Amino acid sequence: MSSKNISRREFAKAFSLSIGSLLFFNQCKFSYEPQYRFFSEEEATLTDAIVEQIIPTDEWLGAKDAGVTNFIDKQLVGPFSRFKTDYRSGLNSIIVTCQNIYGKKFEELSWCEQTEFLKEMERGTFSDIESKNTGNNDNFWNDNERVWKKGADRSFFELIRSHTMAGYYGSPRHGGNYMYVSYRMIGLDIPTIQGRNKHNLS
Amino acid sequence: MKNSHVNAVVVGAGAGGGVVAKELSVAGLTVVLFERGGWASFDDHDHDEIFSQRTTLLGNAYGPDNDRNRRVRVLPDGKEIIVLPNDWRYENNAACVGSGTVSYGAMAWRFMSEDFRMKSTYGHVEGSSIDDWPISYEDLEPCYEKAEWEIGVAGDDSLNPFAPPRKKPQPMPPFEHNKEAKILEAAARRLGYHPFPIPMLRNSIPFGGRPQCYRIRSCVGFACPVNAKNGTHNTVIPIALKTKNCELRTHCMVSEILVDNNGKVTGVSYFDEKKRKQTQTADIVVVSSSATETARLLLNSKSKFFPAGIGNEHDWVGRNLQGHAYAGAYGLFEEDIYDDRGPGASLAICDFNHYNPGIIGGGVLCNEFNRLPYLFSGIRPPNSPSWGKDHKDFQRINFKRVGQVIGPYQEIPSFESRVEVSHHVKDYWGIPVCKISGNMSVKDDEGTAFMADKAEKWLLEAGASVVWKTGVTKGPRPASGGQHQAGTCRMGNDPKTSVCDKYGRVHNVPNVFVADGSLHVTNGGFNPVLTIMALGYRIGGYIASEWNKGNRFK
Repeated sequence: MSSKNISRREFAKAFSLSIGSLLFFNQCKFSYEPQYRFFSEEEATLTDAIVEQIIPTDEWLGAKDAGVTNFIDKQLVGPFSRFKTDYRSGLNSIIVTCQNIYGKKFEELSWCEQTEFLKEMERGTFSDIESKNTGNNDNFWNDNERVWKKGADRSFFELIRSHTMAGYYGSPRHGGNYMYVSYRMIGLDIPTIQGRNKHNLS
Repeated sequence: MKNSHVNAVVVGAGAGGGVVAKELSVAGLTVVLFERGGWASFDDHDHDEIFSQRTTLLGNAYGPDNDRNRRVRVLPDGKEIIVLPNDWRYENNAACVGSGTVSYGAMAWRFMSEDFRMKSTYGHVEGSSIDDWPISYEDLEPCYEKAEWEIGVAGDDSLNPFAPPRKKPQPMPPFEHNKEAKILEAAARRLGYHPFPIPMLRNSIPFGGRPQCYRIRSCVGFACPVNAKNGTHNTVIPIALKTKNCELRTHCMVSEILVDNNGKVTGVSYFDEKKRKQTQTADIVVVSSSATETARLLLNSKSKFFPAGIGNEHDWVGRNLQGHAYAGAYGLFEEDIYDDRGPGASLAICDFNHYNPGIIGGGVLCNEFNRLPYLFSGIRPPNSPSWGKDHKDFQRINFKRVGQVIGPYQEIPSFESRVEVSHHVKDYWGIPVCKISGNMSVKDDEGTAFMADKAEKWLLEAGASVVWKTGVTKGPRPASGGQHQAGTCRMGNDPKTSVCDKYGRVHNVPNVFVADGSLHVTNGGFNPVLTIMALGYRIGGYIASEWNKGNRFK
């Protein structure tokens, strides 16, 4: 709707609301309440960090800012609902494993540490019992053995990796690929139908 | 309210059923055409790559849906798992008016003469059920022509020395090549191959009252936004409806073919849109529900006269399930070869369809349809990173630099590759679902390796700096079907080794016909849709002419 269509009454209402929120902003630290359907705030923050590793920001938006967490969250209460358990337990396992190894949250690790962590997940290191029996009687591996079922680290990484690709490169209508960022990055006309502009089909 | 009796019911409004319904209703028979889905259009899902018929991550845009449908898949170790329609192992075909012809890539191939006599050409292949068709290319040629002219094909065979003989050219000129195809065309010539434009069921010029194709990238897997792609939904089905003899009943799931106390087939029972069980009686039942669902319906139609299902006296219904083993290669070029001219595929060679030393059959090789960004994110040379900055860079730099040559390699049919019905898994309507088991023939490994070698050689000649093969595997591969599914109600002259006769009629059942890819004895080295349409014309034409001679198929 263009501004000239807004009635005086609506304008007054919008104005008072914006003044109101400014006052609110002065009183306390302003922040958005995240509106997730499935993820808890903690899970969403962690997912943001993981997907950003999978498609990082460069001169083009990364997966986090392209809305991939929102995409996954939205699908988890729809077509991906069969993956709910995988996400809940997978993210929790990452939290626990990170705490065991670093005493920190995943999102608090350095960029390189995060990358290394995900590479270990991809290799299945955390759930691989054989490689864990290093001889020293370290409870650490035993803890992780309980945290990850055999192969679960690798399969959860693959799951979130493929969903990140779908969220970033798929249609924005599902909540990711903000403003067709991936299409613009590749250099494709948007929407597809405007291919006719480029190629004069008389 | 009771449905009034009709002359024929046709189960499935796809490539085969749409044509049969048109042939019968134009000839004056009253017809009910059943479709489990509804009318579909581009607007339902527009260019949505991850909710399409091509990439089904979020579901099949043109059906079937994940909520009401499922199948059982038997893994090599014998374990049974339940698969949903958007899982590739479901072996899906679209569920909407027109079925796959709404969202297909629309390649319009005639099979070659040899494709109809594989056993005569290659001899018996150990462990396979390879055989000749009971009809020849010449028998089907007039029907191919009819399909090309009534539904609409753009093409020109004159550059293809291996094309089977035709009496009449295709009605529309072929499409121009895009940049990738031009590069590949020159390379093919240098290699001594015979490149030519792919025949397409799309309008290269305005045709049939519909506009010309405007060449967008999201073609295969999507409905056409301007109605320039020709399927049964926008050609023969509207003609059938216009006769007033044909009623299209959408959102109806046919569950069983009905048999009376004398063993005579009397019609079908089905669930309507509101899941109410209904009956439709008819003189003739034509099943055209795709190789998996046609077999399922026949197998689910058990009675004291047909204890193992209709047509299944000798355990051939559901056998020989086959699709196509796609093999080829990708090539990474040092410059852009992509010019965003859809649908991408436009160039083919038939140099390897037959007479390859040591190989049974073979297949056409084509440049591939345009891939979209999500699909491309999984296309990388071996050992490339699958995530991170390098992956993103590859996506940005090379999306327009990767070409692909691939083709539908003709599978050697296997008796053990099959569709059964599950004893304990049912769908939303309570109908026992398909259970798919078995493996492809091991001979297919040699054929796919051969085809991938040729594709690799072609891309290297075209100037690709990095080439990698796809579709090449060793060891047993699970039975394939997919959108090219075929073979489960094989046609033949011997009732002991086939399900239907040469007119698609189920042996020993006078008024039940099959009209879809199920009839294929072998599946050609080509996309099968034009052959399915041609069979529709053959079977529909046969029923109509017999009917008008007074034959009531009793």
